[in-house]
Amino acid sequence: MAKILMKGNEAIAEAALKAGAHGYFCYPITPQTEVAEYLSRRMPEVGGVFLQGESEVAVGNMLYGAASTGKRVFTSSSSPGISLMQEAISYIAGAQLPAVFVNIMRGGPGLGGILPAQSDYFQAVKAGGHGDYHLLVLAPSTVQEAVDLTMLAFHLADKYRNPVMIIGDGMIGQMMEAVEFPDKYEEPELPAKDWALTGAKDRDPQVLDSKYWALTGAEGRDPNIINSLYLDPVKLDDNSWILHEKYETMKRDEVRFEKYKISSDNRLLIVSYGTMARICETVIDELASEGVSVGLFRPISLFPYPAKQLREEAQKKNIENVLVIEMSIAQMFEDAERAILGAKPVKFYGRTGGVVPTPDDVKLRIQKLIENPSYQPSREA
Amino acid sequence: MKGVAMNNNEKTLFTRPEALVDVVTHYCPGCTHGVIHRQVAEVIDELGIRGRTVGVAPVGCSVFMYNYVKTDFMEAAHGRAPALATGFKRFRPDMIVFTYQGDGDLASIGTAEIVHAANRGEKITTIFVNNAIYGMTGGQMAPTTMPGQPTTTCPFGRDVNLTGYPIRVAELLATLKTPAYIERVAVHTPFHIIRAKRALKKAFTYQVENRCFTLIEVLSTCPTNWGKTPQESTQWLEENMVPYYPLGCYKDCEKVEASDAAV
Amino acid sequence: MPGIKIDKDYCKGCELCVRACPQQIISMSKDITVRGYFYARVHEPSRCIGCRICAITCPDAAIDVITNGTTFELFHY
Repeated sequence: MAKILMKGNEAIAEAALKAGAHGYFCYPITPQTEVAEYLSRRMPEVGGVFLQGESEVAVGNMLYGAASTGKRVFTSSSSPGISLMQEAISYIAGAQLPAVFVNIMRGGPGLGGILPAQSDYFQAVKAGGHGDYHLLVLAPSTVQEAVDLTMLAFHLADKYRNPVMIIGDGMIGQMMEAVEFPDKYEEPELPAKDWALTGAKDRDPQVLDSKYWALTGAEGRDPNIINSLYLDPVKLDDNSWILHEKYETMKRDEVRFEKYKISSDNRLLIVSYGTMARICETVIDELASEGVSVGLFRPISLFPYPAKQLREEAQKKNIENVLVIEMSIAQMFEDAERAILGAKPVKFYGRTGGVVPTPDDVKLRIQKLIENPSYQPSREA
Repeated sequence: MKGVAMNNNEKTLFTRPEALVDVVTHYCPGCTHGVIHRQVAEVIDELGIRGRTVGVAPVGCSVFMYNYVKTDFMEAAHGRAPALATGFKRFRPDMIVFTYQGDGDLASIGTAEIVHAANRGEKITTIFVNNAIYGMTGGQMAPTTMPGQPTTTCPFGRDVNLTGYPIRVAELLATLKTPAYIERVAVHTPFHIIRAKRALKKAFTYQVENRCFTLIEVLSTCPTNWGKTPQESTQWLEENMVPYYPLGCYKDCEKVEASDAAV
Repeated sequence: MPGIKIDKDYCKGCELCVRACPQQIISMSKDITVRGYFYARVHEPSRCIGCRICAITCPDAAIDVITNGTTFELFHY
């Protein structure tokens, strides 16, 4: 299929449709409203369900209801709206339903601003809702990667019966790049959705065992119950351990990252993700042409975090400093620091609130750090 | 049928419906949730829809409704049942979806969800159990608590100067233009219980016929938190709630309101 | 001859059937069930007319109504 020039928000929307996600519930919020506007036209074309709800609170819960049918569903929002969806995310994780959330991050906290930021890292990765659960979080840095990861997200959501978040920022949402969609979406086999609610007939209800699921009407089978309530503490503990095992499997199988210009000449290792990583790549290229070698470790899966692989890179003899660069105030920095476990000094540079560091801002701090390894980067250089 | 020896001459005039699970419920003695659950089960049996029905259980005393009615169920977050029902029904319009909610769930935290589900005309059925109090959490004031009624969070009685008047949900939703069937019934006397069943059956029948949003508000007792015996509670309901929450049909999508027809 | 069977294990002693019965043939026992409730029972079974109002009122579906022999057309419930 030919490449087409598409805006990030719209490309993500189209990718979801290609992955067979024919249910979308939304609420407008800048900078992701184009996802909704695009789908309000496209979803009826594929015979799917499009609904603008009355609030993000309602939308998250509509997602819960729609996911219970066993079909692929998703929503998109931005930071303040994602905050409103935390209740639904917790319930969806607890009830083990698959759903995809797209967060096109903007400046916060509070009403914040509408320009790009990466300040929802904690909320996404450490679980913004209550209870022992995690979201599987994927962070694209180009529009093409956003397309690929969105399609993957639906597969992973079904595979693990867990909500998955695609975390982008306003830049990715708004910019236009050439993208390619596969003609036919090939994916490995998934387990059957016998948990879905499809209607129960002629059967006695049984307490839901976490292996059964979609609600399809209990015609010819026992009723299914999609639930996260377990008053018996042992059962609730069990449920949380079942979720935990899924996360351990994810940590083993779903770690994704990319290395850029990593070599034994590097004196500095940059850790950055999303749009910020692209800016770092530009700087790395510039520095390379000036004879200065710097490498980038770019996490793609924020949960599970590529901790082991990051530590391996950081421990290499040639690395003097690790510099975490992000559009937040040292959120991913904490995970990077924890991954490296004191093997090397880990430093942070970032701006937030919608301020996007320019390549020059980044280059200046890298140069200072290489010149003086004990330099502490800051806002004012 | 439990405990009854049937011989050839015996005919059953009344027994527990098939769709009602054969267990003792956790509801208090005299709690009319039991009556309403049974009537929902009766209607599901009579319409033959159990195999394609999904219920949405609320947060409240009836949080365990999925243990009592033999259909697929989803457990909703507090107040969000209409949103879940919307998400589900939009994907599966062939299935019958109902929500069952109390005063806190529907008239407090869930006001946005119910108003918008009704306004969009989601073809679901909502059973709103109004007992003028928050039962499960131990008897706090609800938006539907009567003026002067004592509860644990208004121990001197609801003061309308501080917290306003009770919300009349049936009337409120009836002002929306989108067609719907909205009726208020009660279950405190046999006379009322019989009529409540007719309304419930009509609501589910309308959904089977794919007509409109349906909501039945059911005035119910809460003996434990009202601090009265079940008998006294039925009397209190009759004297205090029925005058303020008049029974009757507030909107029927069959009949276009005169004011709506003009627009 | 109509009659009712009250399953005392389901009865929570709410006494709503006592007042509901138009023939006033139900009353509460002096014994308690395993759950500690005084349970309802029929003290004059011969006067039961099979109207089903007790069963319709019972919140616990504890009452079955049966009949032997002819029944009249009852109100539709």
